[in-house]
Amino acid sequence: MVKVKAEGLQKSFGDLEVLKHINMEVHEGEVVCLIGPSGSGKSTFLRCLNFLEEPTAGTIIVDDYNLTDKKADINKIRENIGMVFQQFNLFPHLSVIDNIMLAPVDRKKMTKEEARKKGMELLKSVGLEEKANAFPAQLSGGQQQRVAIARALAMQPDVMLFDEPTSALDPEMVGEVLNVMKKLAEDGMTMIVVTHEMGFAREVADRVIFMDGGYIVEEGTPEEVFGNPQNKRTQDFLNMVL
Amino acid sequence: MNFYTLFLQSLPRLLEGLVITLQLTILSLLFAIIIGMISCFFKISRFRPLNWIATIYLSVIRGTPLMVQAYFLYFGITSAMGIKIDSFWASVIVLTLNAGAYLSEIFRSGISAVNKGQMEAARSLGLPYHVAMAKVIIPQAIRIVIPSVVNQFIITLKDTSILSVIGVGELMRQGTLIVSRTFKGFEVYAMVAIAYFIVVMILTKISQIIERRLSSGKSKG
Repeated sequence: MVKVKAEGLQKSFGDLEVLKHINMEVHEGEVVCLIGPSGSGKSTFLRCLNFLEEPTAGTIIVDDYNLTDKKADINKIRENIGMVFQQFNLFPHLSVIDNIMLAPVDRKKMTKEEARKKGMELLKSVGLEEKANAFPAQLSGGQQQRVAIARALAMQPDVMLFDEPTSALDPEMVGEVLNVMKKLAEDGMTMIVVTHEMGFAREVADRVIFMDGGYIVEEGTPEEVFGNPQNKRTQDFLNMVL
Repeated sequence: MNFYTLFLQSLPRLLEGLVITLQLTILSLLFAIIIGMISCFFKISRFRPLNWIATIYLSVIRGTPLMVQAYFLYFGITSAMGIKIDSFWASVIVLTLNAGAYLSEIFRSGISAVNKGQMEAARSLGLPYHVAMAKVIIPQAIRIVIPSVVNQFIITLKDTSILSVIGVGELMRQGTLIVSRTFKGFEVYAMVAIAYFIVVMILTKISQIIERRLSSGKSKG
């Protein structure tokens, strides 16, 4: 079943055309990694998928809801799409558990007790149960990112978007975050991941998409894209990063 | 008349003036916080006419001296409309409009100082704009603006002295009245100055304590 579909997607910032014509489908339970040089448009593409950037043209369908429909209830649709940011973006004035509980209590109309119980389960699953009452500034980068993942999962989304989730981390903390993501993938979450972690893409992705200059240049299984890239630009990029 | 006698004779009047000064300051600032918030939301609203209203308000207040505003309201508007306002409430209105304009800009800068990622994270969870504002952005902005708000408190306190020109019996006005009776300008205005100074020092101290509390709160979260 198709979970996420982008058709003829275009995005311009003023005169700068960042996304030129993107078509993509992601199936339920699929893990897709977006790779490519910086400025290739992969983060912008990801941010279009939950309308943090409004596309200039094209259609985005997530879970049968058309986000690009003028009448779409974007807030409602976003509840179903979790997002994890490069800079974590935890709410610094709230404790870890309050970060996680905020949206479920406000949107899903959960009672605080329910949300707390659910939140503690999620914290346990990312290995941070004992940090529930800590504030974000007291956590390491890796811990903050794991909390951010738990916060996104608290809304019980069907799709998770990751925007370079390990790029702001010290090297020794990358592993703990990738492990959480790997577990999530194994549990069957539909995931779209913008990443520079080629090892992760190779190991976890069902499909790898290489973007450059606002286009999808090449896509395929990790074996195909990493093992036998067809396009010259893909080859050049992989030669540089691998 | 020696200084000690003058001091004792002037003190009740000066204290009475000081009380009025503080009443003016506190009342105006409370109203100004409300006006400032409204104006700030007008200013950042995506609805254009609201922007214009806020922009006109801010530029008129910032572009004219407080004393002119006071005269215009107390003598100008009242005579044009044939009404009479009490000088105390005229002062509150002028000070409110004035501090409200400056607070509006303080609030706006506080909101824009909150990292853009905070709004994005809140919206990505499905929170509507107004909920994200109320639960994520504004709590962080309040911490940022408190020192500037206390500073505006001090400015408004000192600005009340200008309202002596429309006859409200605040500290400066009481001082002037005593001087016109006793001709002891040096002593009396020194007392007036010291009275302002002491109150401002107390406020400064309070603001330092708040700032310290906030910065220790920051390391906690």
